[in-house]
Parts: sequence; structure tokens; C-alpha cells
Amino acid sequence: MVLAMHMSDGLVNAPTSLAFGAVAVIGLAIAVTRARADLDDRSAPMAGLVTAFVFAVQMINFPILPGASGHLLGGALVAILVGPWVGMISIAIVLAVQALWFADGGLTALGTNIVNMAIIGVWTGYAVAVLLRRFARRSRPGLLTTAFIAALVNTVVASLGFVLQYAIGGAGGASLTTVFALMVGLHALIGIGEGIITAATVGAVAAVRPDLVHLLAGSPAKLELRRAGPHPEPSGSPDSTDSTDSTDSTDSTEATTRGSAS
Amino acid sequence: MGAGHAHPLYLPGTSAAHRLPAEVKIVAAFLGVLCVVATPREAFPVFGGYLLLLAAVWWVARIPPGWIARRSLIEAPFVVLAVLLPFTGPDPRIEWLGLSLSEAGLLGAWNILIKGTLGVLTSLTLAATTPLRDVLLGLQRLHTPPMVTTIATLMLRYADVIAAEARRMRLARIARGHDPRFLWQVGATARGVGSLFVRTYERGERVHLAMLSRGWAGEMPQLTDTRTTRRDWARGLAPVGVALVLAVTGWVMT
Repeated sequence: MVLAMHMSDGLVNAPTSLAFGAVAVIGLAIAVTRARADLDDRSAPMAGLVTAFVFAVQMINFPILPGASGHLLGGALVAILVGPWVGMISIAIVLAVQALWFADGGLTALGTNIVNMAIIGVWTGYAVAVLLRRFARRSRPGLLTTAFIAALVNTVVASLGFVLQYAIGGAGGASLTTVFALMVGLHALIGIGEGIITAATVGAVAAVRPDLVHLLAGSPAKLELRRAGPHPEPSGSPDSTDSTDSTDSTDSTEATTRGSAS
Repeated sequence: MGAGHAHPLYLPGTSAAHRLPAEVKIVAAFLGVLCVVATPREAFPVFGGYLLLLAAVWWVARIPPGWIARRSLIEAPFVVLAVLLPFTGPDPRIEWLGLSLSEAGLLGAWNILIKGTLGVLTSLTLAATTPLRDVLLGLQRLHTPPMVTTIATLMLRYADVIAAEARRMRLARIARGHDPRFLWQVGATARGVGSLFVRTYERGERVHLAMLSRGWAGEMPQLTDTRTTRRDWARGLAPVGVALVLAVTGWVMT
């Protein structure tokens, strides 16, 4: 059984859906204007690929208990890796695509879903991460712990967003305490999985390309260990050639087909 | 990379519903679901009317009902939540086959079930009649910021590439005996996600350079200049009119 995270139509009434839809639109409008600063010259293509990554990652299920699995939300992950503004847009686009093409999450619930996961989720994750940034910069375990806590809190607080919407305009007959206990209990479990994956992902990225971790941007570069011996090869052929050549060729064909198809 | 131009929920066709401009269909689907959600839950026959309306749209679009029904199983997890409601809801309770069921809970479960189902069926109808490119074009014409549509376009172009890469990495893990069952075995998956991000980001850097060298100026070019006429809007919004009448009937009835 896979736990679906997205609200369907009819869970909250129409005025609440519309109100949260308006909140989502305003939030995204602010995000679009602010994201430009984060994206600088690399602009939209990078954000597009990051969004594709979130989309692909949401397809990966991780086990919670035997027989039950959840999938990653990625709110804290994108907040730490690409910053809250781009992260918000990425998650919101993923949610919209899932609603429009995959019927995952209702059309009228899109606003509430975006508020929960793209606005509340991403910003909670980011706020926790910024609060703990001092530890994250100091050491690798600090960074991993920060990512874990940010993702765990993000998941639980995003589920509280649903409880809030249910309290305002819930259309079911269940009492608020039942919904609260059910949602928080489930999401605490999912949050642990989310936290472990987020921590390991951030750790893996920080180990290879620390410059890609938005949270660590601006921290002083670590001292580099350089060999004193003679250079193994003259300048002009950096060591990247052998590792990127194979992927480069596939990418250029992709770009060509894309160019001719569009 | 022929993939990415079709998606599993799209049913190719040339019916009137397929030929309508995408922005009309998006607006119609959204307004239709809004009517459903706004209908009071006690107006039982009205929901049958919505179903008939959807069936009529499927008939026009030549979508077999069985095809839609199989794909609507996606909402199954929410059915589980709805089943819980009659048992956990507040008093008064009614006895049925020896079970003590909450009346409010039953109504709540019905409400979530029927509105959720109608919502999924509407979304599926939209997805079945509209290819990806058209929806993006439709969103552009509905004045979505160009930055958002550009990001969405690139995301859809590369989602299949990245998902395929994730699948290959998973296959490689399984081939090496990876069989996670418990939460604490998630490490290998997580490290895979990490390297997937680095690969994706570096691919993004290469794609961006490739786009720049082909004259990318910051915005996707408009490729078609077909205009949406008033007649398109009228035809697309006709089912919404019926839905609105149904919703008003529901309000009057209760």
C-alpha cells in the first residue's frame, strides 16, 4: 500500500478551496519574482531540471513498515539544495502536473495542496535549516542532522496544514481530534523516512559538489589539500574529460532532438 | 527521446473534445469540479446527474468507460480514509448489520467518496483528451508567468529522462541484492537519490549550455498562432452550464 499524500476533491468545502487557492496564487507570484535572484544567469533550465528531479524522486517509494511505503515530498530537500523560492515553484509545478495529467490530487484541492506542501512545507523546512545553519556549516554530522530535522518537521507541519484546512472547512464527519491524531501519527512515520532520505541526499551532494547546496552558500571554503609534486599533466585537459564524455554525447543528441521537435 | 510527448493517461483521438483548445478544457474542468464540490452532500440524485454528464462527455470524446474506470483506481487510498469515517464519527449512531455506524460519519464518507471520484473522473477526462504540449500552451494563454511555463516545459521534457535514470539505478541496486524492507535499510536508496541530484544538476548545466548555443533568449517561443474563438469557449463551457444547473438544483432541493 502506498500512502497518497495529495488531497482529493471534496475533502474541504468550496469556499475553503477557493480561499486557499488564492493564498497559493499570491504565494507563487511572490516566489516567481524572488526566484529570479536565486537563479541568476542559469535561469529557467536549471529550475526545470530540479523540478524534473523532484518529480522523479516522488516516484521512489521507501519502506515505512512491512507492507506500507511512502514517497518523498522533497520540500525540505529542495529548500536546502536550491533555496526556498525556487523550491516553492518546483514543488508547486510538480503538484500541478500531477493534478492535471495524472489525476493525483483534486483540481479544486490544488490550492490547498500547494499551500500545504509548497508553501508551508518548503518554508518550514527552510526555517528549521536556517535556524540550525551554524551546526550545518561546522561539520558533516551537523549538516546531516540539520537536513533530517528539517525534513521531519516539514512533513509533520505540512500535515498540520491539512488539519487546519479541515478545521476551517472540513467536509467529512470525523472529529478534529481523530483527524489530528491520524495525520500527525502517519506523518511522523513518513517524516522519519523523509528525514533519512533527505539527510543522505544532502550528504551525498555536499560530498561531491558542496557549491550546489544552497544552505551552505557563503560559508568559507575549506582548506584544500594539494600535492606538492609536479603536475601529472599540462593544463588544458582537466580530469573531467573521461568522466563526462559518455554522458555529454547523449545530452547533445537530446538537445538536438529537442531542437528539431519543437 | 521520443518519450515525453505522450503520457500514460492520454488517449489519442480526433474527437470534438480532443480538438478544443486546451485552455478551454482546463477552465471547464476546474469550474465543473467546483460545481461538484459546492453541491450539498444530501442531494443524492444530483451526483447521478454529474455522472451522466461526464458519460456524455466521454461519448463525445470516444473514451471507453472501462478505460477511465481502470485508471480511476488512483484514488483508492482516499477510499480507505473514507471507510474509517463511519466508525470514528460522532453520535447519533445507527445500527446496520450489527455494526454501530455514525450517521454524520456515513454522510462524510459519502461526501468524500463521491466528490473525490467525480473529481478524479474529470481530471482523467482532461488528461485523456489533451496532450502535454497543448496543456502547456493552454497555461501560457491563461497568462501563467512565462518563467513558470518554461520550467514546466523543461520539467516535462526531462522528467522521463530522469525517471528512467532513477529506474536504472534502482535496477542496478536490485541486481546487487538490494531488498529493503525496513526504514533503517533506506541508506542505499538515499545515497542513490543524492547522486541522482548531482547528475540531474550537471545535466541541467549541460542542457543550459546547449540551449544557449542554439539561441535561447530566456523564453520558449510561441510555435502556433491558432486563436481561440468564442465558439470554442461556448462549446467547451456548455457542460459547465449543465453542471451549474445541477448544482443549483442541489441547493434548491435541500
